[in-house]
Amino acid sequence: MTSPLEQKKIRITGPSVVTANRTWDGAVVYRTGQRGWSTELVDAAIVSTSDDARALLAESAADDVGAVGAYIAPVEIKDGGSIKPGNLREHIRAKGVTIDLRVPA
Amino acid sequence: MYAYDELDRTLISERVSEFRDQVKRRLSGELTEDEFKILRLQNGVYLQLHAYMFRVAIPYGTLSSKQLRALAHVARRYDRGYGHFTTRQNIQFNWIKLAELPDALADLAEVGIHAMQTSGNNMRNVTSDQWAGVAPGEIEDPRIWSELLRQHTTLHPEFSFLPRKFKIAITASEHDRAAIKIHDIGLRLHKNADGETGFEVLVGGGLGRTPFIAKTIKPFVHGRDILSYVEAILRVYNQYGRRDNIYKARIKILVHELGIEKFAREVEEEWKQMGDVGLTLDHAAIEEVRSRFSYPAYEKLPHMPDELKQAAHDPVFERWRKNSVFPHKVQGYSIVTLSLKPVGGPPGDATAEQMDAIADLADRYSFGEIRVGHEQNLALPHVAKRDLPALFKALDRVGLATPNVNLVTDIIACPGLDYCSLANARSIPIAQELTRRFANHDTAGLIGRLHINISGCINACGHHHVGHIGILGVEKNGEEFYQITIGGRADENAQMGTLIGPAVPYAEVADVIEDIVEAYLALRDRPEELFVDTVKRLGVEPFRERVYATR
Amino acid sequence: MPLVKNGRITTDLFVGVADGAELPGDGAIMVTAERFLADPEALLRRAGKVGVIWPNNRDLDDLVPYLDRLAAVALVFPTFRDGRAYSQARLLRERHGYDGELRATGQVLRDQFVFMSRAGFDAFEVRKEADADAFAATMKRYTVFYQPTGDGRVTALNRRMLQRHSESAGQ
Repeated sequence: MTSPLEQKKIRITGPSVVTANRTWDGAVVYRTGQRGWSTELVDAAIVSTSDDARALLAESAADDVGAVGAYIAPVEIKDGGSIKPGNLREHIRAKGVTIDLRVPA
Repeated sequence: MYAYDELDRTLISERVSEFRDQVKRRLSGELTEDEFKILRLQNGVYLQLHAYMFRVAIPYGTLSSKQLRALAHVARRYDRGYGHFTTRQNIQFNWIKLAELPDALADLAEVGIHAMQTSGNNMRNVTSDQWAGVAPGEIEDPRIWSELLRQHTTLHPEFSFLPRKFKIAITASEHDRAAIKIHDIGLRLHKNADGETGFEVLVGGGLGRTPFIAKTIKPFVHGRDILSYVEAILRVYNQYGRRDNIYKARIKILVHELGIEKFAREVEEEWKQMGDVGLTLDHAAIEEVRSRFSYPAYEKLPHMPDELKQAAHDPVFERWRKNSVFPHKVQGYSIVTLSLKPVGGPPGDATAEQMDAIADLADRYSFGEIRVGHEQNLALPHVAKRDLPALFKALDRVGLATPNVNLVTDIIACPGLDYCSLANARSIPIAQELTRRFANHDTAGLIGRLHINISGCINACGHHHVGHIGILGVEKNGEEFYQITIGGRADENAQMGTLIGPAVPYAEVADVIEDIVEAYLALRDRPEELFVDTVKRLGVEPFRERVYATR
Repeated sequence: MPLVKNGRITTDLFVGVADGAELPGDGAIMVTAERFLADPEALLRRAGKVGVIWPNNRDLDDLVPYLDRLAAVALVFPTFRDGRAYSQARLLRERHGYDGELRATGQVLRDQFVFMSRAGFDAFEVRKEADADAFAATMKRYTVFYQPTGDGRVTALNRRMLQRHSESAGQ
């Protein structure tokens, strides 16, 4: 779970997406194939080569107004074709905290 | 309480309007994220995993009931109904929208609360003893000096772009509740042979990846000179602190690389050359600030009121009283700690409903005043002893009477990987599991004082180095592992803990801690010997053996 | 890059002369610290004002002997996050009594104007046109100041004490 802030060289070993936080509200977003952002992982553009990842990241990072801190994150493609976050950090970003919060009903 | 006057209020609202303009320029694209990041950090706004996080200052840990209600309002209106009290007398909101932040700040400004310099490479919130002004035996109220320093360090034109963050803490009691030895500057108020008030000045303490205990740079700086002396330290640091490597940029590294004697000489030389630059605090200036602190009109009350004698028959009340109620400097009054560490709860969190309830109880029982301590608990500082039974019932109803203050379940923890973009591993679920393992308060009472501190990464926001038991989350091949240290402490005898052995996986942490505690119970030479003292007497070896023999 | 001086966008009368480049016969010049220190007397003798660009990691001691003969000192912000020049500015103004032009150069942005002005800067090589245009408005953003610097603004503490004094005098 190396912080993406330390992500320097781009070399991916499996299917990946570009993710960031939306500027106006900070929400977790994924880069889509249509040069936009979506809050749903299912909408994310999936890349599987380092060159494609680099290109998608460069294109995403150019949108400095729309989202902040874009980086490449691994995903898992399940047998049925559904997409899941590829590590615990991304799981937490996608699904929320792993603790029971004392938030009133 | 310190009452903000028109000037303080004007400055805060000017800051809010400046930030509103900065946010507007960011959202329109006029400011890039690179430019804006520093500006938002200077106002306490981080970007975390899920959203922006907003850190609000509670200078020297003092809050009025009105201010606490405003924090509850922000939690409810702009966030998800709760806030997290930190180890540096701040509160954090985890789900704030950038576009709404200026409005949240404006709402807080109405009650004199701000987020200035709660982040960024500048002088952070000046912290102090949460029992300031009420602790028996205190030399004088350190908040007078904290407030002078708060004003001096706020929007300082020379020191707003330091090599790295800079934290100051002040204590005026023999027992250090402000952890001054792990601060960039620690100030210990005391009196010299002539009875004059001044400070022992310590520098270069800090945790993170290179932990250091602060060293004394000058045993006595007269109160009137404290601003100029701090200014001299900051000037030396601003010019010579390293800017080439973020991990070596704190003042502790400069002090370490130069050596304390050479660093002290540099400061002394700068201080002498400074001359009179308007920083000397004459009597009138100190009294001006002192005059705006108001103190309760205490009644003359008996030491042991009837209400307390009757309630002593209730063992549940008695257990809480013995654990969470502390002596006050005025007869008939007590300081009451409100544990924010319920069994199974995230340490330091409070819901908006709890904050409102505490504000109401503060109005009824504590002259409208609340304190925030670095252990991530709150306190009501002026409770009449006759009111303790009623207060207990009221606190219990809102889940704030867990009798575990200073016990094994009073855990300090950073937000960890559940929230934080720097974290390598989770902290809160570890804390939750530990509180369930030690949920029996009688057992916890038997174990006695034992501080567990958990950090989710080497930045050490959970102060794991100085926990009696420290737990540090690390990552190994994509999995969460935890290094365990024992024997650390954060008080006047501050020291770093010692690693007991290889890191253990997430699922085993609670078992390991149980083993360590059981080993302690078997090894202590009498029930009063505290965990840290047993570790000090025996070293880590018997604990290491116990933990790793079967693993 | 617009220059703001005395609160207004103005023409830069100083010509930057690179190390090794030929000096113009007259007119105001701005040179690096290295070039200046190589032969300060020759530069100061020439017709035309001299300004020096002083790096933020170099001790001021080498510059101090010449301060009263310099028309400008430019202090450098390699990025706006690097705050060393604030200390240099205050030392030049408040300790060494320098009263010529004190210029901020480098990544000079709107949100630092007030800090820079308070530290003693009176000329600003501003990165963005929009920031230069906003200079006057930005300088009015704050009316309350907690710390004394050499800029002469009355601190909050002193205002309170003056107020208290006048209140008690009026009784």
